[in-house]
Amino acid sequence: MIGTEIQNGYYQDYRRFENTLPGRKVPWLARLRSEAMERFMAHGFPSSHEEGWKYIDQPPVKRRRFQLAQAECPVSEDDLMPYLPDDHARWRVVLVNGRFAPLLSRLEGLPAGVTVASLATTLEHEPAMLEPYLGRYAGINGHGFGALNTAFMNDGAYIRLGPGAIVREPVHLVYVASGARDSVAHVRNLVVADENSQGTLVETYLSLDEESYFTNVITEVISAQNAHLVHYKLEQESARALHMAGIHIHQGRDSHYTACNVASGGQWVRNDLNVVLDAEGGNCTLNGLYFTAAHQQVEHHTRIDHRAGHGTSRQLYKGVMDDHSRGIFSGRLVVHPNAQKSDARQTNNNLLLSEDAEAISKPQLEIYADDVKCAHGSTVGYLDEEALFYLRSRAIDEDHARSLLVYAFASDILQQITLMPVRANLERRLANRFLKGCAIGGLK
Amino acid sequence: MLSITDLHVAIGDKPILTGIDLEVKAGEVHAIMGPNGSGKSTLAYALAGHEHYKVTSGTTLYQGRDLTRLNPEERAREGLFLAFQYPIEIPGVSNIYLLKAALNAIRKHRGQAELDAMDFLSLVKEKMEWVSMEEDLLYRSVNEGFSGGEKKLNEVLQLTVLEPRLAILDETDSGLDIDALKVVAEAVNRLRSPERAFLIVTHYQRLLDYIIPDYVHVMIHGRIVKSGDSTLALELEKRGYAWIEQEAARGAKAGGGT
Ligand SMILES: Nc1ncnc2c1ncn2[C@@H]1O[C@H](COP(=O)(O)OP(=O)(O)O)[C@@H](O)[C@H]1O
Ligand SMILES: [Mg+2]
Repeated sequence: MIGTEIQNGYYQDYRRFENTLPGRKVPWLARLRSEAMERFMAHGFPSSHEEGWKYIDQPPVKRRRFQLAQAECPVSEDDLMPYLPDDHARWRVVLVNGRFAPLLSRLEGLPAGVTVASLATTLEHEPAMLEPYLGRYAGINGHGFGALNTAFMNDGAYIRLGPGAIVREPVHLVYVASGARDSVAHVRNLVVADENSQGTLVETYLSLDEESYFTNVITEVISAQNAHLVHYKLEQESARALHMAGIHIHQGRDSHYTACNVASGGQWVRNDLNVVLDAEGGNCTLNGLYFTAAHQQVEHHTRIDHRAGHGTSRQLYKGVMDDHSRGIFSGRLVVHPNAQKSDARQTNNNLLLSEDAEAISKPQLEIYADDVKCAHGSTVGYLDEEALFYLRSRAIDEDHARSLLVYAFASDILQQITLMPVRANLERRLANRFLKGCAIGGLK
Repeated sequence: MLSITDLHVAIGDKPILTGIDLEVKAGEVHAIMGPNGSGKSTLAYALAGHEHYKVTSGTTLYQGRDLTRLNPEERAREGLFLAFQYPIEIPGVSNIYLLKAALNAIRKHRGQAELDAMDFLSLVKEKMEWVSMEEDLLYRSVNEGFSGGEKKLNEVLQLTVLEPRLAILDETDSGLDIDALKVVAEAVNRLRSPERAFLIVTHYQRLLDYIIPDYVHVMIHGRIVKSGDSTLALELEKRGYAWIEQEAARGAKAGGGT
């Protein structure tokens, strides 16, 4: 095969490591991996002419060759604690540099019918559980990052909520990078929620040092009839971390999926969310809050396909950009011809705190059904000077007034976060970043 | 309390106020009337320290200090309060947070202890009765989704809670029905005291039936062209502003001749 130098490097890695990857003897899996590698060699990374990749600086991950992350686990509970002040979750999966860390994880006492496990372990021992789902909705035909992940996928979380299983407390997935310099972890998560099941996932991505490394994660969520899932993803990695996430959600009849993506860390962070409302009455809410500074770039690319009638989708993404940072939101909404009575709303509001900050907002609506309700709106602006004057005329000093307005801008996202530890975490991060010690008690 | 001499204020390059003289003593209530666009709000904003309203010349002494040296929050802490003609909506900041932050900033400046949550709440509830406001408005975002009348009463609530030394009311009565107007007047009258002064900008004589001012000033084209006692308001109600404009024009001509 002929590819670029970087492609060839990954190909050599693949040849070298394919026999060490979990489930190597499973024929369907070996085929999935090799097809993905072929796809990657044929198409490489998306070019700057491709839709969704053209109106931005090219992500640094395309030009750099990363080594596969190593399996050692140098992290202890004490190392982790300072980064997880709100971690009261009863169930916790910790992955260090992309590998399941059993000693840091807590999985005892899960309700009947619920599985929370390492993906690698499951690929080794129970691949048949995964065969119907893995790679089914996160096809390898998207951009090269997905193909590369599929070829190299190793570990991640496998979560199965059996029929009618209700998990009242959240499952916390913690992805820790430590000493990960110049490496890439192809994390792969699979969440299968069977009929009438219910659960909450919280993903936290964090770094224990300031190294530059790459997380290339794919999460597939398959939600059956009337399943209810709430899914938080908190991006808090180091200022030099690179992060590409493909999140693929397939929703059955009357299922509910609520996502909240909060991104404040990382040098370059991209979340691609692809939701398919594949049967009647599916309901998805995608919320996002990103606040960036320095030269950070945070991107959210959503695509929601209303494929069946009576589906509801809600999107609210808010960005606060300071310094030279850049926030990108691109929201594609496709209402297919038979998806009558679809109800879709998309909003993206951006607040720029500096003249050099930038917000790009790109709604794309494709509506092929006639009896639908679709609304979208996007705004980009600076702090409201009249509101600032109003607050100052009420004896509130300028710094406090500015902070208050930034905090207020984010408040409708905060208010939709019903999981208190997550909300407290975010409130504290916002307060540290914007309120600089001013009291926020009683803001609501 | 407030001593304004030959004040000129411009918005951008456009001169709006062209020589205001005004002397307000503690305990007094001054009404400022005048046609639309004559510069009443400009005066109010300039006194509150809005940066778009540039003082180009003249002096403004407030409690003996040069007001222009203070930024808006310092003016507020020194006891100056402006009830906005068009109150601003601030989504995401609750009314009660704003009230508490404002009151405590002022108290701190005066060397008083900050009020704890209980004392603060009982104070606010008492003042809400003054202005007959529903309690749920406290927990809503500042002015967001408020009716016009609710916004005006919310300004008056802030006034009663913050107890300023100099209160400027910019057309607080505009758009209010008679019941709300009486509520505003009653609140002002209750706050009247020998230590406190009011500058009440109004378009309608009607308010002055309930708040009897010590002085009435007429502003036209950025100047105070006539001052008098409360009977002047009644005369304006009857005769409009045209006669004053003519009188002022004659006066200006005569003045120019000497
Ligand atoms: N932001 C502004 N930019 C330019 N001109 C303004 C602005 N605000 C007010 N003006 C002008 O200043 C003059 C006085 O306005 P204002 O003080 O609001 O009058 P009043 O309150 O007496 O109705 C008017 O001619 C008005 O058009
Ligand atoms: Mg006015």
